[in-house]
Formats: sequence, structure tokens, C-alpha cells
Amino acid sequence: MRLTCPLCGPRDRREFYYYGAEDYLHRPAADAEPGAWDNYLHLRDNPAGLTNDLWYHDMGCGAWLLVTRNTVTHEIQQVQAVAAPQAAKKGAAK
Amino acid sequence: MRIEGRGQIDRTKPVRFRFDGREMTGFKGDTLASALLANGVKLVGRSFKYHRPRGILTAGSEEPNAMVEVLQGNQQTPNVRATVQELYDGLRAQSQNRFPSLRFDMLSVNDLASPFLSAGFYYKTFMWPRALWEKLYEPLIRRAAGLGSLSGRHDEDPYEKAWAFCDVLVIGAGPAGLMAALTAARAGADVILADEDARMGGRLLSDGGEIDGKPALVWVDAALAELAALPNVRLMTRTSVTGAYDDGTFGALERVSLHRSPAPHLPRECFWRIVAGQTVLAAGALERPIAFPDNDRPGIMMAGALRAYLNRYGVAPGQRVTLIANNDSARATARDLIAAGVKVAAILDTRPNASAVEDCPVYLSATITATRGRHGLKSIHVAHAGGTAEIETDCLAMSGGWNPTVHLTCHMNGRPQWREDIAAFVPAPNAVPRLTPAGACNGAFSTAAALREGADAARTALAALGKSAPDAPLPLAEDTPYAITPFWETEGAKGRQWLDFANDVTTKDVRLSAQENFASVEHMKRYTTQGMAPDQGKNSNVGALAVLADATGRGIPQTGTTTYRPPYTPVSIAAMGAGGRGAGFAPQRFLTSDQASRDRGAPMIEAGLWYRPSYFPKPDETTWREACDREVNMVRASVGVADVSTLGKIDIQGRDAARFLDLVYTNTFSTLPVGRVRYGLMLREDGHVLDDGTTARLGENHYLMTTTTAAAGLVMRHLDFVHQAFCADWDVRFISVTETWAQFAIAGPKARALLDSLIDNAPDLPFMGVAPVSLGGINARLFRISFSGEQGYELAVPTRYGEALFRDLVARAETMGGGPYGMEALNVLRIEKGFITHAEIHGRTTAFDIGMEKMVSPKKDCIGKAAAARPGMHGAEREQLVGLKPLSDAAITAGAHLFTPGDAIKRENDQGYVTSVGYSPTLGAWLGLAFLKNGRARHGERIRLVDHLRGIDLLCEVCDPVFHDKEGTKLRA
Repeated sequence: MRLTCPLCGPRDRREFYYYGAEDYLHRPAADAEPGAWDNYLHLRDNPAGLTNDLWYHDMGCGAWLLVTRNTVTHEIQQVQAVAAPQAAKKGAAK
Repeated sequence: MRIEGRGQIDRTKPVRFRFDGREMTGFKGDTLASALLANGVKLVGRSFKYHRPRGILTAGSEEPNAMVEVLQGNQQTPNVRATVQELYDGLRAQSQNRFPSLRFDMLSVNDLASPFLSAGFYYKTFMWPRALWEKLYEPLIRRAAGLGSLSGRHDEDPYEKAWAFCDVLVIGAGPAGLMAALTAARAGADVILADEDARMGGRLLSDGGEIDGKPALVWVDAALAELAALPNVRLMTRTSVTGAYDDGTFGALERVSLHRSPAPHLPRECFWRIVAGQTVLAAGALERPIAFPDNDRPGIMMAGALRAYLNRYGVAPGQRVTLIANNDSARATARDLIAAGVKVAAILDTRPNASAVEDCPVYLSATITATRGRHGLKSIHVAHAGGTAEIETDCLAMSGGWNPTVHLTCHMNGRPQWREDIAAFVPAPNAVPRLTPAGACNGAFSTAAALREGADAARTALAALGKSAPDAPLPLAEDTPYAITPFWETEGAKGRQWLDFANDVTTKDVRLSAQENFASVEHMKRYTTQGMAPDQGKNSNVGALAVLADATGRGIPQTGTTTYRPPYTPVSIAAMGAGGRGAGFAPQRFLTSDQASRDRGAPMIEAGLWYRPSYFPKPDETTWREACDREVNMVRASVGVADVSTLGKIDIQGRDAARFLDLVYTNTFSTLPVGRVRYGLMLREDGHVLDDGTTARLGENHYLMTTTTAAAGLVMRHLDFVHQAFCADWDVRFISVTETWAQFAIAGPKARALLDSLIDNAPDLPFMGVAPVSLGGINARLFRISFSGEQGYELAVPTRYGEALFRDLVARAETMGGGPYGMEALNVLRIEKGFITHAEIHGRTTAFDIGMEKMVSPKKDCIGKAAAARPGMHGAEREQLVGLKPLSDAAITAGAHLFTPGDAIKRENDQGYVTSVGYSPTLGAWLGLAFLKNGRARHGERIRLVDHLRGIDLLCEVCDPVFHDKEGTKLRA
């Protein structure tokens, strides 16, 4: 598996650390209902198909990446930096 | 028997070798198999289950029978296929899976017992009594089964692994692969051409024939010369591409010095990971055997293999050869034999309507009903359209058609598709992204078709890469249509018809499997062990599933294949794990003081990847405890020096640096004055403690964070996430400077005196102060922080000065009655003070648990704050940090569990557990840190400490975790 880091180019998956679902970007407000926090911290879908998840370019530039990939075909559709404006829109930038 | 004037071996270079102790001679360019055949050796091995005598079946890496042990130096390599073992001077090989000798093998008695040993025998027989499983059955089965054996010594030989990148990877260097490589290379693409053989050319080396009106070998040599001269081409011989993985990544095993003359300067094997933009698969095809009674006798081989031995190695494996085939392609073998002057006794064509015109007798509708000759074929009994015949023959070549080598196209879940016209499976379209199959592996069997598909596949690859290939005429070559009528087994014949030679599976076993309702191909495989031998069914799987399809009344496409998985050919674990043995398993990180510590005899202890000194023994000390106690007393009484550079250091700068720290720490750092240090606590978003450490404010917009040794990487990743995910627009940047600074703790009542001797006008820092200092003209940093409870400083210098500073500090300390201290003393010192480490903040503890809930600022948000406030994350029921003092002198252990005295010792009554222990020379007692339910309210209580693993059961007093200098007066002195 290879990921194309927006900063470093295509690299082997051994350079990356897998974190988890995109949900981690959507941090609830500090005073949100407990249910919102429970959802944010613990509840995850396990899709067969497209998924957005978070990877860290641990052995590279240190960028956090939002990877859109297909868990069935292994196709990587998009890799964007979490800090990039378009990814930030999807996430919960404050 | 050698045939004069044939073959591509170098007859001017004889090569001596030994097989089973017998000295023989071959030529440079031979494989062990071709040399054995040239020396008239037919019997080379024994089968796996029945110990049947077996000979050489193939001429390639798919060989199921001719597996031998090769002895080289300290190595005994088992299961080496004689067909890929290149011959070199002094090669020593021996047969395997036989006792006492190859010709007389005791366990061949299994063959006589075969009526009782049918498929499923082990499953049915060794069920009961259960008590015999381990003691009797397993040793018995293990002794009877198995193939070659290892030397039993460590494999000390070098192996390597490597990466390669290219535009176009071409797998296989037969006509299709060579044409693809030429087309891609001429267009300027960066090309890797990999082939498992020592010599490129594929079937062209074995089949002869003509290309462009000249011998095919002339074309091969010209193509290779052109490719070798191009700077954008890498030719990799002896390299088997073993697996196809995501995104154009392939695994490949290069046999660098294996199978060749011993070369100590070369690795045995190199495991490559090749990343290709586009790939052309030109893996060729493998010939299928035909099932007939006793079709496994030595002397029976594949027709294509016979042709290879004749044309490539100049060897006739027999003097009276017979052929049996269900297709036209085998006729070429007969013609080559006749042209070479080898007697062809007959051609047996299973088809009723095939051509009978050849320069030898041809029998139509022919089947073989029996064969004779235990250690080498003597005769066969034939039934044919005109009657029966007994044919004397010492070599029988068979061809049941060709199976395209689709393996790599199936490694990413692709399922091959059945093509009725060629009675074979071909790759599904787009089975592997960016890979195009070409030539025989795609079901195109003629040379012309291979050349055409190779060129076309390269053009497809080039187009995808945005390159174009100049038009060039294809070389001219034979384009014979491939005519085949499937023939899988001989009906109505008596005797066992073998499918999987390596695992001794017969057509009857497959039918039995279907009869017992193991009718799915995957069940049949596991019930019969069909295709589970080292060749992984390359020769036999399609034949076996055809028999299964017949037995179940389903068609072959409905029956389907078993799953093709990597690796295509066996890969040694040593190659895949190259570099990962012993100390290569993990990187080693050394402190700048490493040598200075080792010079003092300090045993080093691993802390993550770091190596840190455990303690510094004195000549009269015989145990670590003596040294540790002395070092603790030394720090409490005078001064000690310890290297603390392993702590993570993160330099944080920017106008929003303070704001950022307020977000990641539970407490506030924006209020920290410049020149001061504050202890900080960091939570995970789920409310548990992530890490702790001190952070210094070096300037208005400049902080230096310290993390624990264990969590340095973790914290960096966490900070990157919080920054990039939640506040990427803030003006803050940070970088790890752990390896930029060497930092030393100087602790004890004489710490200040030591610093004064070293630094002119050392600043008079308050507790938790920081200041830049100059040390002999070097910019250094001085912190007044303490992990020991004594007056303590940490002095940081650029790494390159670390060793010199450590040696200097230790020398100065020693003049004051102090010296260096190691990890053991450091641990005791912090336990005496109740300071926590990751033994306590192990991932399941909250700020409340460690008594720091007041550090979670109510005035601001921080990571983990919301979750830490949830019910269950705080309160009396939680296990809270306490100190423990045993009521006797006995030692206590970390990991022990705590129970209320009088309670039964069982899980339901568990009150907590011990995380850290140490003997405190300061207090003259063992001390422990523990988590105890409602612990803070239980100070003064007695608790029972139980460690069943180490047989400890004693009473302790629960107390405050700070045992020493509770008021911190020494710290602030």
C-alpha cells in the first residue's frame, strides 16, 4: 500500500502511522452533550467500501493526512493534509 | 545421456559435483537436474507420504519431485529444487525424505499400506484416545512426514532487502517479456526486467525455433544486448517476483549467491520490494501432467521439460522415448528428439481425430493403462483405437496442455476465468490495477502471439504513463494455432493415478473427498492436501479440480480454483527478515555519556530504544543493590550526576505558542512568566493521562516542553494532531530537539556548589527557574528542576559537548563526595518522593486517580477535559494513588494485588495493585506506589499484598505517596 503525501509524494505505507476514522476531526464543543462526546470518542462505522481515515506521516514530514480509500478494492481515492483548507472544512476547525 | 552438438552449456568447462556421495561431472550452464539426467540418474527423491521413488518431472521452479538438500559451508538447505539449482564446482547435494538410502527406503512400506492411508486417514484415525496425541501420534506423524532437514545450526549467512522503483516492471523474460521490455525501453521508460532463471529468454531457450528467420537464440542475445546497453533498463536475473500487492508494489526474491559457487562477499538472497508505475506480466505457462496409473515413476516427465533438457542442456533423459499428449504442442518435442537422433518409440495422442503423420508410430485415442519399472520406467501398456500395445520405453513425456501462470493476477482477489478453447484459466481483466498480462500467461501460446502481446502490453503501459512508443514492425515467428482436447484422467484403468506428485494425492482421493461431501474446491484441497506441497499445486491443481468437477457433476468454471496467495515460489524467512536478527531487530539509541558510563562498568538497561546506565558499581560492591543504595545516599548527602537526555524535548515557538500549550495541557501555561518552568499534565481526548513533564518559557513566544522518555514520540504525534486538526491557523510551530541537547541532572545538597565550580557567576535560580548560561563560550541552559526531591538542576548543552560535560561533572562531583547515579537510584529517589512515571500513568489512570484533578483548570478548555468530567472517571470507587510500607522487612513487588485483610483472595475482592517498588536506604524500608480503591481516604489502614507469581503475601500500611520531605523544603533550599 502506498500513500501520496501532499508534501512528500508517494511513499510506502511503512512510513505512516494509522490512527482511525475521520471522526476524530469533528471535536465537539467543550460544553456539548455527553452523547456527542461518546459518539466522538467511541462510536465508529465499519464500512465495506469508501472510508475516510487519518494517517500520520510519522517517518516523513509529520503531516496528518485524511485518506479516502476503499476498504474493498484497496483503492486510494484521495490524500489531503488535515491542515489544508479543504480538509479543515470537512473537519472541525475552530 | 549427452547429445553432441546440442544445448547451451559450456562444454569447455566441466564441473564436478556430488550427489548422495557419488562424484559426477556436468558442465557450466547445467542445473543439478540436467547434470543428473546427463549422468543417467533417474531416481532423485522419495515422495512425501508413501515414499514412492520419484524422478525429475519438470525443468523449472514448479518441480514437485526433485527436491534435495544442498550442503554449503555451515548450511544445509533443504527442499532445493534440483531444476533451479545451478551446477557449480564442488556442489554437494543429497536426497531427502529417505532412510537409510534412496534406493532402499524403510518407510516405502507406507506405499504397501496405502489402501489404509487414503485421504482423511489422519483425521479419521488419530482422533482417540486423546492422551496419545502428544506422546505417540505427533512424533510418529512428524517422523513419517516432512521433506528435507536443516543443519540445526544458526544461519549466519548474510541476507539483504532492498527497494526498487521503475516506470515499467516486466515480469518474465521470454518472448513476450523481452518484447515488452524492448518496446518500453526504446520509448525511454525506466524499465526493470525480472526473470527467475539464471539466463533470460524463457521458453525460447528450450524450444529453439526461429525469429526473423534466424535461430531464436540469436534474437534473444540481440535483445538482451540492446537492453543491457540502455541506461534506463535494469535486468534482474535469478529474481522471482513472488507477490503482487497494492499500488504497484511487488515482492521479489533475488537469489544472489544461493545456487551458485559460494561467494562469501555476497548475500545469499535479497528480498526486493519493487514499486512500478505499470507492470507487464509475462510469466509464461506451466505444462500439466496427465493422470494414468502409476504416472509417477522415475523417467516420466513433462514434454516441455524434456524439450528443455534436450535443447538447452543437450541431454536426452532416455534412449527410447514415448510421448503422451492431448494437444499439438507436444509433437514439437518428438520432432526435436528425432532430429537429435533420439529414438521415439511412439506418440500416444489421446484425441481420436488428431494427425497421425509423424516420423514415428502414432496411436490415436490412446491411453496408458499401466507402467512398469520401480526405480526407473521400463515399459508402458497402452490402449488405443486399434487395440492394445506393450511399449518398451525408458522415458515417457506427457503433456496435458498448458496452464497460463496467472498466479500474480490473483494476489489481489482476482479470480481467473476459464477459457474453453484452450481448456485453461486465464487472468480476469484488470485483476491487478496497472498490470497487463501478455503472452502465454494470458493464454497466447505461439511465439508470434507472445511477441505481439508483449509489444501491445508495453504500449498500454506507456500510454498510461503518458509516453508513446514509436511504431516498429514485430519480429516474425511461428504462429501455430494451439489445438487441445481436454484429457484429465484415464477412465476404467486399474491403479493409482497421481495428481499432486509432491503430496501423493490421487484421482481417487479427490473422488473420495467429493463422496464424503468435501465437494467445494477449498474443502477438497484441505481434505486431500492437494496443492499444499512446496509447489503449491502448480503442476496439479487444475487437473485435480477437473476431476472434482467431474465427480460432482459441476463444470470446471463452476468448481473454480483455490485461492492463489503469495509467494509464487518459496521465500526464505531469512530473506524477508534480512537485517532484523539480533541487534538488528531494533535501532539502538546511545547517550552522549554512553562510553563514559560503560568505562565505569555500568550495566546498560534498555529504555525504549535507548540504553541507559543501570548503576555505577564500585570495586567492592557485589550486588546492584549495594550500588543503588550508595548512589541514593550520595544524592541525599552530597551530589549526584545523571544523564537525562532521553527525555523528549520539544521546542515550541510562535505568537500562539502559549495558547496552544493551554489547549494541550490541563493547566495554564500562558500565565507562566518568562524564565520559569512549570510542571504540566497532558490528557488524551478520552480523559486519561497521556504524559507529564516540565515546560519552560524561554521567551515571550518560545517554550521548551519536556516529555517522558517513553512517550516522546507519542506526544509529538499528539501535538501535531491537535495543531493540524484543530488550530492549523494558529501561529505556532514546534520541532523535536531531543537529540539536539544533552541534558544532565545535578542533584543533592552540594549541587549548587558543583555548579559554582563550573560556571562563572551562575545565576541564582529560584526553584522552577530557567536561564541561559555560558559554559566555556558555549551557550547552555540551566534549569532548576528536580526529580529526586533534592536541590536539583539540569544543565543542557548542544549534544556534541555532552560527553565532555558528563565526564567533567562526574569528576567535579567526585571531589565533593558525589558521583554519577544510574536508573536504579533515579527510580528509588523518585519513589521516595512519590513522583510518577509511566508505571503509574499507564494509560488507564485519570488526573483524579493520581491526585492531580486540581490541575485541570476550570477556566479553559483542554484536550481531554470533557471526557475527564464524565461519571466514572473520578470518585471514591476509583483506584487512587497511595504509598505502601510493608509491616515487615520483606521485599514487595510491582504487579502484586491488594486485598482488605480478612477478605478471600479472589478477583471480586481485588482492591488495587502495586505499580512501583524500591528499597529506600533513606527510610531503611521497602516502599511501594500503588492504586487502591478509595485510597486517599484509607491512609493508615492495613492492606494485604498478594503476589501469587512470586509467592508473596504480607501486610502493608497505606500511606501518602510522598514518603520523603513532604513539605519540599530540600527541593526549594
